[in-house]
Amino acid sequence: MPEFIDILNALVLMTNYVILPALTYGSQLALGALGVTLVFGILRFSNFAHGDTMAFGAMVTILITWWFQSLGLSFGPLPTALLALPFGIAVTAVFLLFTDRFVYKHYRGIGAKPITFVMVSVGVMFIMNGLVRFVIGPADQRFADGARFIFKAREFKEYTGLAEGLALRSSQVITIVLAIILVAALFWFLQKTKTGKAMRAFSDNENLALLSGIDPDKIVRITWILAAILATVAGVLYGLDKSFKPFVYFQLLLPIFAAAIVGGLGKPIGAIAGGFIIAFSEVAITYVYKKFLIYLLPENLEPESLMQLLATEYKFAVSFVILVLVLLVRPTGIFKGNVV
Amino acid sequence: MSYLVGKDLCGGYGGPDILKGCDIEVGKGEVVVIVGPNGAGKSTAMKAFLGMLQMTGGSITLGGEDIMSLSPQQRIRAGIGFVPQTHNVFTGMSVEENLEMGAFIRDDDISGTLEEIYQLFPILKEKRLQAAGELSGGQRQQVAVGRAMMTKPSVLMLDEPTAGVSPIVMDELFDRILEVRAKNVAVLMVEQNARQALQIADKGYVLVMGENRFTGTGAELLADDDVRKSFLGG
Repeated sequence: MPEFIDILNALVLMTNYVILPALTYGSQLALGALGVTLVFGILRFSNFAHGDTMAFGAMVTILITWWFQSLGLSFGPLPTALLALPFGIAVTAVFLLFTDRFVYKHYRGIGAKPITFVMVSVGVMFIMNGLVRFVIGPADQRFADGARFIFKAREFKEYTGLAEGLALRSSQVITIVLAIILVAALFWFLQKTKTGKAMRAFSDNENLALLSGIDPDKIVRITWILAAILATVAGVLYGLDKSFKPFVYFQLLLPIFAAAIVGGLGKPIGAIAGGFIIAFSEVAITYVYKKFLIYLLPENLEPESLMQLLATEYKFAVSFVILVLVLLVRPTGIFKGNVV
Repeated sequence: MSYLVGKDLCGGYGGPDILKGCDIEVGKGEVVVIVGPNGAGKSTAMKAFLGMLQMTGGSITLGGEDIMSLSPQQRIRAGIGFVPQTHNVFTGMSVEENLEMGAFIRDDDISGTLEEIYQLFPILKEKRLQAAGELSGGQRQQVAVGRAMMTKPSVLMLDEPTAGVSPIVMDELFDRILEVRAKNVAVLMVEQNARQALQIADKGYVLVMGENRFTGTGAELLADDDVRKSFLGG
C-alpha cells in the first residue's frame, strides 16, 4: 500500500500536469467549438475558417496590445491583452460581417448547398491564413505580460512540504474565469432575450421563423458578431496560455470540430462538453505516467518505461480517433445535434 | 362583403399555372373550408393568400385593401395568421417560447394574449415549459394554432390541421377552431377530412384542377349528390 503522502503527491502531480492544463485547454476548445456550432446552427454550414478567425482575432489583439504597451498602458497584474481584447473583437466582427456581405451573402442568395458553403469557407480560411501571416509573420509571437503565476511550484512545495509542486499560472485562471463568464453570458442571451430566442427559433425551423416575422439578415449578423467574440477570446486565451503562432490555430481546427461534433453539432451545451472531452482525452493519453505510478505502486512494480500511451507529436490523432468513433457509433453526438 | 377576398386567382410555382382563376372569400366569424382531390390546388390557393406563389393574375384584398404586392412577412403583419401543415412548431423550444416567437413582430405586452391562448388550449398551460417536440400530435397542432394566434390575426389560415391525428383529437381540434371563429376571426382551412370539416364549415369550396367546381354552405355541399359521390366517397 502506498503511503498517504505518496497518494497526495500523485494527486498534486496529476493536477499540475493533467487536470489544470486540460481544464484550460478544454475551455479554449469549448469557446472555439461554440463558435463553430453557432455558425452551423444558424447558417447551416461547417465553418472551416473558424480556426483562422481565432488567429485573426488574436493577431489584431496582439497588435493593439503592443501599441498599448508602447504607450505604457498596463492592466496591473493582468495581461495588457485583456485591455486590447474588446478592440480585437470589434475589428474581427467587422471583418466577419464584411466577409459575409461580400462572400457568403451571394451564396445564400443563390441557395447554395451546404457543401458549397463549406468549400467557400475553406477559401475564406486560406485568405485569412495568408492575411495573418502577411501582417504578423508566421513566427511565434509573445505578448503576455503582467504576473505570470498566481503561485509557483516552488512556493507550493515550501508551503505544503510535499515533494511535488503545483504551479497555478495566471493565464490558466484567466482562461477558465473568462470562459465561464462568456459561456454564462451566451446562454443567458440565447435563453432569455428576445433576439436570442429568435436565433434558436431560426436554427430550429427556418421557415416557421420567417413566417413568424423574424428578420433573417439580423439573425445572420448577430451570429457573425457572436462568432467573432467567441473566436477572438478563444484565440487570445490560447495565445496567452501557450504562444501565438498562426499555423497552430489552423491545426486547432481539428480538435475544435471534433469537440463540436462529439457534443452534437448545433448544440451549444454539446460544444462545451465536447471541448472538455477532447482536451482531457488529448492530455491524458499523451501524459507520461511513470512518476505518477512510482508514487502509487509498490517498489517492485515500478515501471521502467515512460508509461506514455501516445507521444505528444500524435496528439491530434486523439481528436481524430474520437471524431471517427463518434461518427460511427453516434453521429448526432452526445446531445443529439445534427448529422453533418 | 367578405374580409379576405381572392378573385380570379391564377399562379403556380414558376411552371404552368396551378390555380386557374379560382375565387375564394372568407368573412370574419366564418369558417371556410377548401376541399378537393389531390393536386387540386388547395394548399396552393392558401399559399397565394400568403404571398408564397408566383401570381399570374387575379386580386387579393384584406379588409378592402389590396395586399398583392406585400411579402409574406408583411401580410402576417397585416393580420394573416398561418399554420403550415408540417414543421409547424419549434420542436426544440418550450411551448411558451413557441408562443412568444409567434408574437415576435409585436412590441407591446403579450401576456394578455398568452393568457387567452392558454384559456383556449388549457393543456398548453400545463405543458408550457416542455419542449414542443415532446408533445403528442394533437397537442403539437394546438401549439401550432396557438403560435399563429399570438399576432391576434384577423384571418387564420390552416393547412390540413387534422392530418395524421386520431378522430377524437380531430373533433377536439375542430371544436377549438369553432372557438377561434367565435372571436370574430376569419378562418380558412384546407382539409383532407372533407366530411368532418364541412360539418363545421359555414362555407365550402370544392376545387378541381385549380378551378372552383362547387361552392356552398357546408350543409349544402354535404347534401349535394355530385359532391358526395365524387369527393366524399358516397
